[in-house]
Amino acid sequence: MERKTVFRGMTLPALLLLPQLAITIVFFFWPAGQAVWFAFLRQDAFGIRTSFVGFENFADLLADPLYLETAWNTLVFSVSVSALSLSAGLLLAVLADKQIRGAGAYRTLLIWPYAIAPAVAAVLWIFLFHPQVGLIGRALNAAGLDWDYRLNGGQAMLMVILASAWKQVSYNFIFFLAGLQSIPKSVLEAAAIDGARPVRRFWTIVFPLLSPTTFFLLVVNLVYAFFDTFGIIDALTKGGPAKSTETLIYRAYIDGRVNLDLGSSSAQSVILMLVVIALTAIQFRFIERRVHY
Amino acid sequence: MATLEVSGIRKSFGPTHVLHGIDLAVEDGEMIVIVGASGCGKSTLLRIVAGLETPSAGSIRIAGREVTALEPSERDIAMVFQNYALYPHMSVAQNMGYGLRIRGLPRPEVARRVREAAALLGIEALLERRPKQLSGGQRQRVAMGRAIVREPKLFLFDEPLSNLDAKLRVQMRAEIRRLQQRLGVTSLFVTHDQVEAMTLGDRLVVMHQGHAAQVATPMEIWAKPADTYVAGFIGSPAMNFLEGRLAEGGAAVELRAGPVIRFADGPRPGPDGLPLIIGIRPEHVILAADGLALALDLVEPLGSETVLHGSLADGEALVVKLAGMAPQDRTLWVALPPEMLHVFGREDGRRIEPLRAG
Amino acid sequence: MAPRRAWLTHVLLILGVIAFALPIWIVLIGSTHDAATIGRGEVPLLPGGHALENYRTAWGAGAAATAGIGVGSMLWNSMLMAVLVAVGKITISFASAYAVVFFRFPGRMLAFWSIFITLMLPVEVRIFPTFKVVSDLGLVNTYAGLIIPLIASATATLLFRQFFMTIPDEFVEAAKMDGAGPLRFLWDVVLPLSRTNMAALFVILFVYGWNQYLWPLLVTTTADVETVVIGMVKMIGSEANTEWHIVMATCVLSLLPPVAVVVLMQRWFVKGLTETEK
Repeated sequence: MERKTVFRGMTLPALLLLPQLAITIVFFFWPAGQAVWFAFLRQDAFGIRTSFVGFENFADLLADPLYLETAWNTLVFSVSVSALSLSAGLLLAVLADKQIRGAGAYRTLLIWPYAIAPAVAAVLWIFLFHPQVGLIGRALNAAGLDWDYRLNGGQAMLMVILASAWKQVSYNFIFFLAGLQSIPKSVLEAAAIDGARPVRRFWTIVFPLLSPTTFFLLVVNLVYAFFDTFGIIDALTKGGPAKSTETLIYRAYIDGRVNLDLGSSSAQSVILMLVVIALTAIQFRFIERRVHY
Repeated sequence: MATLEVSGIRKSFGPTHVLHGIDLAVEDGEMIVIVGASGCGKSTLLRIVAGLETPSAGSIRIAGREVTALEPSERDIAMVFQNYALYPHMSVAQNMGYGLRIRGLPRPEVARRVREAAALLGIEALLERRPKQLSGGQRQRVAMGRAIVREPKLFLFDEPLSNLDAKLRVQMRAEIRRLQQRLGVTSLFVTHDQVEAMTLGDRLVVMHQGHAAQVATPMEIWAKPADTYVAGFIGSPAMNFLEGRLAEGGAAVELRAGPVIRFADGPRPGPDGLPLIIGIRPEHVILAADGLALALDLVEPLGSETVLHGSLADGEALVVKLAGMAPQDRTLWVALPPEMLHVFGREDGRRIEPLRAG
Repeated sequence: MAPRRAWLTHVLLILGVIAFALPIWIVLIGSTHDAATIGRGEVPLLPGGHALENYRTAWGAGAAATAGIGVGSMLWNSMLMAVLVAVGKITISFASAYAVVFFRFPGRMLAFWSIFITLMLPVEVRIFPTFKVVSDLGLVNTYAGLIIPLIASATATLLFRQFFMTIPDEFVEAAKMDGAGPLRFLWDVVLPLSRTNMAALFVILFVYGWNQYLWPLLVTTTADVETVVIGMVKMIGSEANTEWHIVMATCVLSLLPPVAVVVLMQRWFVKGLTETEK
């Protein structure tokens, strides 16, 4: 991965690198380092004295049943969102990849939701499921179901999962479609000549060949569900009712912003960093293995 | 118009020695072809002359001027690349004129030179096109044109024909030769194709493992290859090599396959029994009713000639090229004419010349 | 394909399209009715006659919750943020990738890896410490504070690096023969060749910038630098007196620019997205 021929000089490359390196150091490494440092500190109630408390912030968190519940919620939420949006994206991609009329139009109509902000997606879902002004929400209540996601924790969770998955489908669709289109036609033709029927062809040839895409998307979707859904949760439920839809990132925000508990919030940030680093590391190991095949 | 002197060029990439001291003096207007198998260092040598690589030792002089430390653009040279390296977003005219514009030539002058070069190459109609819209042969011409407009002291060609199909390659080969002779620009041409080398070069440099195995005219190389590597590399099908030993006080060779053959051009130095390699080109082997038995295992009819593969009584392989159609026999009776033999030492593979002209 | 299978495909695809279009349709229609209609929960499916006044109100005055700041100025803030984030990221990533690929200098790999590793630190994770840095620098409630921390991105640098690696060595060599220096080569050859990649990145980063939520929520506390996404969520903050018709109009306005960018530049965008992140 090295070029044979390069230019000489030191000053020009240094100048070219400078802006990005400066921003990276000021806004990435410095804050990340501070997050780690704060995680070991605790301020008194008046914010006057700060003392070093070692791993106490972490220990408190891991001993806090509410934090563990939030972690569990996050897991349920993230896995559900990923599973839903991945399968919907894959199904639509397989359909749109077929040689049918209007395939191009379908693609465009399924790609544009990529542009919707998570917070905007949440607002759209309010208009669908709000018990008073939402089309479906009213219909559910009219049908005798007691639907109000603002009061019922289970319904709230369902709502944020669906809205979050909905927003991510088009992203997965784009990647699955690209993955499908990169499968050589000759492989499928060979399978057809071998006598495999379409469904069998999909599960024995197409799906295994898509597995790098699927794995990549799984990691991206998990990261999305962990962090980018903040806007959806904040707009839809604010973590409620009774913390039933609070995820780890939402709690870190609340503890830092509302409760002004910088130590705990930083410790939570560090835990989240470790989660992302683990996910990324897994992904890179996988990609590297794939390269060696 | 210029001479080129390459002296004592060495190049190592870390512990790997790629060039072991190359010396070469190119006359004004001469076309030198550097030929060798891949990995022999021929491209590295060209890139050092171009200034794209820095030699570990040695010097390059162009037109008597020391250029070893200069940037490529300061050497007054032009290069035609294997993949042509035409900028895809520029038109043919822009590609050809780019170097001139950077040198600050006025636009009308650039346009005039581009037009002239295009006329010379017959690509005037293509000037406004993009490289993508050209055929392989046309791109090749544009790459040449880009070199010509610069009116450089030295042309460098880095396997410029290897991306063309066989027929076009033959045609472009002739065209490059004609053009080079007409412009009279000193040129260095790198190729792995021995036919290209033979037809294009005033002289060839046959490279082998970082050494110049032989520097000579094509006919000299064909008639008097300096060692077994050059002998085997130039000529198709490749020269046959048979083992033998010096006999009769240096006047003859006793082949492992049996016969004792007296050298036609005089005795070789060395004690009797000295291990030798005897080379003979397939087209020089003749049929002889009282000769050696050659058991055939493959016959390749090529129409005007036939190539026959077989083995001698001692198991050594021998390839024979005969004019016309092949005989139908399983066994061929052949002889090796003494005046067609090439004599090499078995130890070092070097050619052994007769003690006196015969 | 057999016709019998084709119609099933069409039905499923149309269902998929509806699943994405229906919410938008409802909002689009809702934004043309007055507050009373929506408040009664009638959820109309056909356009009403209040489109002009709703949008005019939203554009100029906003809702009560936004304290008289109109969506027009929020849109301007969002636009500024999205464009500057996209252009800024593209510029600094292009420059740093060029330095890393086309030069060899001590510390080159260190520079590359320190940019690369930021992939692992999404802005949400280091949000408070970053906020603290921004506030220490006095950049809270400024465009600079809103935009600059989002500008450094490993993804864009990686994409450019990957693309630069595919530029044949011979181009660099030909440029050297022609006497083009590194800046000239950047400008005359690499930049024009990178146009498609830049277009794709622009779409991705424009959407990224436009859709930011958590960061602007923290960094902007005054309405004059507020983005439209934040403003709209604020409008529904208090359930009791939400002006739904204004929210709907705002929602439509906030959707239009990123959707337009994605649809109009779809061709480059899809190519770029799938190549960036793989």
